Amino acid sequence: MTAPLMQHHILEYPGGYTRSVGPAVGRYLSGLRDGHIVGVTGSDGRVLVPPTGYDPVTAATLEDYVPVGPAGTVTAFTWVNQPRPGKHHLTHPFAFALVRPDGSDTAMLHVVDAGSPDAMSIGMRVAPRWAPARRGYVTDLEAWVPLADGETPVPAPPNTNEDVSTEPVTGIVTPISLAYDINAGVAASKYLRALSEKRIVGQRAKGSDDVYVPPRGTDPTTGAPTEIEVEVGQVGTVTTYCVVNIPGLSENSPEIPYVCAQILLDGAHTAWFGLVQGLPADEVRMGVRVRAVWADDPGPDARSIKWFEPTGEPDAPYDDYKAYA
Amino acid sequence: MSALRTAVIGVGQTRHVVARHDVSIAGLVREAAEEALVDANMDWADIDAVVIGKAPDMFEGVVMPELYLADALGAVGKPMLRVHTAGSVGGSTAIVAAKLVMAGIHERVLTVAFEKQSESNATWGLTVEMPFSSPLVAGAGGYFAPLIRAYIRRSGAPTHIGHLVAVKDRLNALHNPKAHLHLPDIDLATVAESFLLWEPLRYLDVCPSSDGAMALVIGSEQVAKNATGPVAWIHGTAMRSEPTMFAGRDQVNPLAGRKCAADVYAQAGIKDPRKDFDCAEVYVPFSWYEPMWLENLGFCAEGDGWKLTEQGATAMDGDIPWNPSGGVLSSNPIGASGMIRFGEAAQQVRGRAGDYQVPLHTGLALGHAYGGGSQFFSMWVVGASQPQ
Repeated sequence: MTAPLMQHHILEYPGGYTRSVGPAVGRYLSGLRDGHIVGVTGSDGRVLVPPTGYDPVTAATLEDYVPVGPAGTVTAFTWVNQPRPGKHHLTHPFAFALVRPDGSDTAMLHVVDAGSPDAMSIGMRVAPRWAPARRGYVTDLEAWVPLADGETPVPAPPNTNEDVSTEPVTGIVTPISLAYDINAGVAASKYLRALSEKRIVGQRAKGSDDVYVPPRGTDPTTGAPTEIEVEVGQVGTVTTYCVVNIPGLSENSPEIPYVCAQILLDGAHTAWFGLVQGLPADEVRMGVRVRAVWADDPGPDARSIKWFEPTGEPDAPYDDYKAYA
Repeated sequence: MSALRTAVIGVGQTRHVVARHDVSIAGLVREAAEEALVDANMDWADIDAVVIGKAPDMFEGVVMPELYLADALGAVGKPMLRVHTAGSVGGSTAIVAAKLVMAGIHERVLTVAFEKQSESNATWGLTVEMPFSSPLVAGAGGYFAPLIRAYIRRSGAPTHIGHLVAVKDRLNALHNPKAHLHLPDIDLATVAESFLLWEPLRYLDVCPSSDGAMALVIGSEQVAKNATGPVAWIHGTAMRSEPTMFAGRDQVNPLAGRKCAADVYAQAGIKDPRKDFDCAEVYVPFSWYEPMWLENLGFCAEGDGWKLTEQGATAMDGDIPWNPSGGVLSSNPIGASGMIRFGEAAQQVRGRAGDYQVPLHTGLALGHAYGGGSQFFSMWVVGASQPQ
C-alpha cells in the first residue's frame, strides 16, 4: 500500500483545435482538395513544398506559388510495421518517407503505401494516390505509391465529397490527444488512500506546525519534506467563496449555480477548494462552518468528499480566519 | 555589475479581436513584428536575436511554437528563445529580451508575445480536469472571484468599485484603435445588470478572450542614440515568483508582488509611485484587480485602493491614470497581455500613445504583469529620458 497511485488519463480538447492556416498553408490544402500539389518559390529560386509563408533565408513574405509533381522521388524513409489505430491513417504497414515532388527543391514528409519494406528504396519513384472524398486536409493525398518506369501518375478522381466548399481553405480542425499514466506521488497517495477510509490526512515538516492538506511532499516555504502525518478535522470554516454560474466543460462538473469555497479545515494551515451544498447560494457567507459529506463508496479520489454542508454552529469570527482569506 | 543602458526602439501590435481566422499563428506574430520593425526603422537582417512568449501550450495545442515560428520572425540562423511564466509571460519575455541587451550580448533584440485564443477555449485550457481531483474551479474567474470577495471584506470597499473600473477602462479603449472591445454605450448600470458569471464578478467585470500579438524592438544605448524616432529608456526591470499555496500566504496582496515593486522602484529611483509616474499600465483582467494592485504596488496604503478608484484618481483626467489604453479588460490575448502593458507604457513615455496619450511631467511609466495564481510578477519602469 505504499506504492504511489497511478491512473491512466487522456488529455484532449473536446472537438479538436480549430486551426486557422493562413494563406500559404491554405493554398497548399486547397490544392490537395482539388487534386494537385502546390509549392512556393523562395528568394533564392528554390521551390519549397509544402509552401511556407515566409522565406527561410531572408524572412520576406513568399507568394509565388507554383504547381509541382505529381510524381516524386523518395529521399529517405522508415518502415512502420505496426500502425496504430487513431495515430496512423493507414491501417496496414507502410513507410514514413520524405518525398520530393518533381519540380521541388525540398522533400515533404508523407507516407508510401508500398506493401513491403522490400519495395522501398532511396531514389524510388512514387506517385500520389488521392482520396476519393477530399476536404482540404493533408490526408487528401492518401498515400504515395510506387511508380514503375514508363508509368504515368493517375490524376485525382473527381471529388466525391459533396459537402466541401470550393473556396480557398482557411482552417482545419486538429484533434490532438495525449494519453499517459498520472503518478499521484507518494505524499498525495497517502492522502488519497486515507480518503477511502473517510479520513482527511495532511502532512507537516519537522520543526514546523504548518499542516498541508492536500500534502505535496514538501513544505513550500522551506522545501523540507513533510514526513509527519496529521489527521485534520472534517469540519472547517468557509474563508471565502464564489458562486459559479457558468457550466464547466467536464461531464463531472457540478450543476450551476454552485458554490465553490475555500475551506479551512480545523487543524489545517491552508484552505482548499470545496463545493458547498445544503444551503441556498445566496445564504452562503464567509465564516460559515461546514462539514464534509462523504460519498457512499469512497475511494482514493478527491471526489470521495461529495461536498460540504453547514454544521449549524455559529459562524467563525472573522479574526479567526482572516489570515487565510 | 551594472546593466548597460537599454531602450525600446520600436513597438508594434495587431488589432486585437475575438478571432483572426484569416491568419495562422505565424501570420499573427508576423503582423506585430513587422509593425515594430517599421517603427524602429529596421529590417529583419538588423535583428540579432528573437525572444518569444505565450501562455500555456494547451491554448493552441502547439508545443514549442518557437520552432515553427522561426521563419515568420526572421530567426533562422539566430538565437531564438521562448519564455513561459503563465499570464505574466508577456512582461517576463520583454525583460528577458531587454537583459540580453543590458548584458551586452546583443545590440538589437526582437521580442514578440501572442495568443490565438480562438483556436480553443481558455477556460478549458486553464482548468483541465485531472485524475484524483474534483472539477470545481471553472476558469480563471472561479479562482480569482473568492480572492476578490476576500478583498472586499478586508477593505470594506463598496460593491460598485469593480464596476467603476469596468466602465473606465472600456471608455479609455474607445480612444485606442487596437483595442478588442469598443463599447461606447457602457455605463455603471450596464455593468451592474450584465450576467453574473462568478459572483461577485459580472460579465462586464471580466476581460474578453482575444487573438492578438505584441512586439518590441529593444536596442542598446548606441542603437537608441541612432534611432530616428523617440525611444523609451528602460529604468528598471524586476520579476518575482512564489508558490500558489503555502501556509500564511497572502493571496489577496501577495508578497511577491510587493517585493517585485520595491525592487523595480529602487532601480528607477521611484519614491512615491502615485506622484513619480505619469501613468501605469497594469494587468487588470478582472475589474477589482485595479484597487487590489493599487495597494500591492504601493500607490496607496493597504485598504485604500478602492478610494483612489472611487475618487477618479486612476481615470484619464485623474492624477495617476491606470490603463489609458483600455487595459486587459479591453483586450486579452493572454500571452501578449503583459507585453501590451509594457509596450503601452513605452508608447506613453515616447509620446506615441495617440488619442490616449497622457501629459508627461516626470516622463516615467510603469508596465506590470502577473500570472498563475497571483504568483508570477514582472514589471518595468520606462522613461522619456536616459537613466542617470
